[in-house]
Amino acid sequence: GLPRLPSRLTRRLDEDQTSYDSVTHYNNFYEFGTGKEDPARNAGRLRTRPWTVRVEGLVSKPQTIDIDRLIRLAPLEERVYRMRCVEGWSMVIPWVGFPLNALLKMVEPLGKAKFVAFETLKDQRQMPGQRSSVLQWPYVEGLRLDEAMHPLTLLAVGLYGRALPNQNGAPIRLVVPWKYGFKSIKSIVRIRLVDRQPPTSWNISAPQEYGFYSNVNPTVDHPRWSQARERRIGDWLPRATLPYNGYGAEVSQLYRGMNLKRYF
Amino acid sequence: MALPVLVLAVRWVMMIMGSDPRAVGLSAEPIDYTINYLGLWAIRFLILSLAITPLRTWARWSWLAPLRRPLGLWAFACALLHLSVYFLLDQLGSFSLLWESVAKHPFILLGMAAFTLLLPLALTSTRGAIRRIGARRWQALHRLVYLAAIFTAIHFILRVKGFQPEPWIYAGVAAVLLLVRALPTAWVRRA
Repeated sequence: GLPRLPSRLTRRLDEDQTSYDSVTHYNNFYEFGTGKEDPARNAGRLRTRPWTVRVEGLVSKPQTIDIDRLIRLAPLEERVYRMRCVEGWSMVIPWVGFPLNALLKMVEPLGKAKFVAFETLKDQRQMPGQRSSVLQWPYVEGLRLDEAMHPLTLLAVGLYGRALPNQNGAPIRLVVPWKYGFKSIKSIVRIRLVDRQPPTSWNISAPQEYGFYSNVNPTVDHPRWSQARERRIGDWLPRATLPYNGYGAEVSQLYRGMNLKRYF
Repeated sequence: MALPVLVLAVRWVMMIMGSDPRAVGLSAEPIDYTINYLGLWAIRFLILSLAITPLRTWARWSWLAPLRRPLGLWAFACALLHLSVYFLLDQLGSFSLLWESVAKHPFILLGMAAFTLLLPLALTSTRGAIRRIGARRWQALHRLVYLAAIFTAIHFILRVKGFQPEPWIYAGVAAVLLLVRALPTAWVRRA
């Protein structure tokens, strides 16, 4: 099995957790295929050691960090978060990780830094899905700096108390629980602090459907389907989707005064 | 032809009797899987039913003729089940939610329009109906299937995220089967 990651439970959620089997066999990770079970089948080719993450851009201490050092950067926490996919399904997942802000503080962002850009590994031999042009590779994502510094924003290195399975974004991924799942970029190799809003993969692919912010919002529909409801994996009937996926009390102040229909 | 629906029914029975949906081949999200599965078989049967007439004319495979009606009816059956599962388990069986989805989302509208076009064809699929309507008018009515196929193909293209080839392959085959009908029969036979 995958190595255990001792952690302290810092965030619970009074909702049934999605089974480990479902969390690890129902994935959108197009680097390994577009079918939901393709990642579990094909991600065995990904080599997660050695692995480094380059943190650079508008910071005073740019550096390349080995994954085993990165995992020990801050005390590991277990946090149970909801995960809402833009397609209309959701899960409850006990992640193991540490806040992204711990890493960002270490590299000391400069005053000019306003956004954080993330990049996934690009390697067709390890990621056979990258032979298809379903998206532009490598997968890229981004956050505003204040979103990235928010205490809820997690760098996850495990789930269910063990290291991340490859299909879930090993060895290290982002988890932004109030945004649609595709913002939570997997298998990160590069983090860059920048002064302008960085391009993001799904926004490049279909800008009218996927905005930069992509906050979970039941009142702004996807052009092809409603976002008012979601099906929790394992349930028969859909349930109402919560604004900011239920994290509004903590994050809505980040968007005060913004037109959320325009900045979707 | 009943096999795809039969396989699905067996899987559902096993799941309802307590088996894990993924273990019986329904994925971790059996409802989404079922809707996609039924939709895919609807378009497959529809395309196969559209292939019969060109193959009769072109390859002179007249033995295929008796397959056309059952293929069309299975396409309709899969479309009906596809819509029913979507309506009951995704739209909560609510007509107002369904109407809202149709009105707001062209993707849903196209699927619904395709189904609506297939409905009168399924209802007039008997010999008796052909006699009552008259062969000429019956044939004109059943040309609605061309439009249904176009709507279905676009509905499938709109279903997927990013650029994925599968729905375009189905749309391409449907387009060929429709375009070949525009060629004069005599020309096709000579070729």
